[in-house]
Amino acid sequence: MLFLYSIMIAIIDYEAGNLASVERVVKKFGFDCKITQDSKEVLRADRVIFPGVGAAGKAMAELKRLGLDDALKEAFYIGKPILGICLGTQIILEESEEDNTKCLGLIKGVVKLFPSPLIAQDSQRLKVPHMGWNGVIFIKKHPIIEGVNPNSEFYFVHSYYPVPASEEYILGKTEYGIEFVSAIAYKNLVAFQFHLEKSGEPGLKIFRNFCQWSYRNAK
Amino acid sequence: MLSKRIVICLDVRDGRTTKGIKFRNNVDVGDPVEMAKLYYEEGADEIVFYDITASSDRRDIMINVVNRVAQEIFIPFSVGGGIRTLDDMRQVLLAGAEKVSVNTAAVKNPKIIEEGARAFGSQCIVLGMDVKRVKKSQNIPSGYEIVVNGGRTYMGIDALWWAREAERLGAGEICLNSIDADGTRRGYEMTITPLISENVNIPVIASGGAGNIGHIYQVLTEGKADAALIASMVHYGTYTIKQIKEELYRKGVKVRLTW
Repeated sequence: MLFLYSIMIAIIDYEAGNLASVERVVKKFGFDCKITQDSKEVLRADRVIFPGVGAAGKAMAELKRLGLDDALKEAFYIGKPILGICLGTQIILEESEEDNTKCLGLIKGVVKLFPSPLIAQDSQRLKVPHMGWNGVIFIKKHPIIEGVNPNSEFYFVHSYYPVPASEEYILGKTEYGIEFVSAIAYKNLVAFQFHLEKSGEPGLKIFRNFCQWSYRNAK
Repeated sequence: MLSKRIVICLDVRDGRTTKGIKFRNNVDVGDPVEMAKLYYEEGADEIVFYDITASSDRRDIMINVVNRVAQEIFIPFSVGGGIRTLDDMRQVLLAGAEKVSVNTAAVKNPKIIEEGARAFGSQCIVLGMDVKRVKKSQNIPSGYEIVVNGGRTYMGIDALWWAREAERLGAGEICLNSIDADGTRRGYEMTITPLISENVNIPVIASGGAGNIGHIYQVLTEGKADAALIASMVHYGTYTIKQIKEELYRKGVKVRLTW
């Protein structure tokens, strides 16, 4: 069955975390993928996964050093499906409060640190990072979340959160002391603040949807 | 709203799962990969593998287990036991674990926390701490002391101080294990758990003493723990994870019920 899915997916390696778990998931579904630092390879791929953990400042510096910032922008403008995960989801915005970093600016908006102290509705003090399983309210339909049970929870680990400038970018929201945007969908770009590769079956479902998503067919 | 986590602990010796009573008389209850897969499918929020072989010549066996587990489960899992160096951490993380847990090595060389956090990120570094109740004193103001060697060696370090110090050094999470309560099934340690959890800004996993769902409820509410670690409650089939979570939910605890 492997030949049915001979689509090359580039997993961008900019020394921001362990990419093996992302690769394992993509391979589990029989899709052809490659972890790469090479911008030419990124532009040759049919689709791009942009994961990452760590700090925004170091991550942007590394992307620039490898020329991957321009490759990602180009991949976005020419319409390749792009999947951002965690830090990848933050770096697609214009700037981050973390290290006051200028980011890729694929979509308008900023990345903010959770307020301190962060207080829940029941007046409990909440810890930062936001770490563990939390729900996502998806506010619109999208092929990337097809078949995902709306009660599903996802695994988060982060202290900063994306604040897209326009409602049109927002796919889903999560509540943690404040309500923040945890899923983004805009044109050929989809991005999730949580770790799809660590979120059990619902996360796998989204991965699989991405690997089969044809942006042109998506409305 | 964030869910409280149910963390399943698998003690592994020579590549096989065991569950000890006060770290002694370990009973073999199965294959770690099969058990992890089962618990993943049954709704565990996280799995902890504790390598009680902890001798470096057996390290390859554990790495092999971690590799195989990573092919089967897609939730966070951590590995502890015998992690002494950055290279130990790297091997475990590259094999597919989300986190590594340091305990004795961090007590003896706190820098390992700092170096690990810098190299792999705070979210990867869990401080495992074994504590025992002692008389309150100037050195041990919380009345709980850090112990190693399965509780046989007292380190003269206050548990609350150590938790805060580990957070300062870059630990991303604390797994707080009470040696007094471990294996007793009479409930979690309810004094030091909330004290630490309320005084750090990183999640605390309560460990040691779970015998029934009421114990878990207690530690996740008045105990202020972010997660509860359980082992024998599920290993011997007394409870299923689903049963535990549904009961917690009925009592008003937010838990993940869909997987």
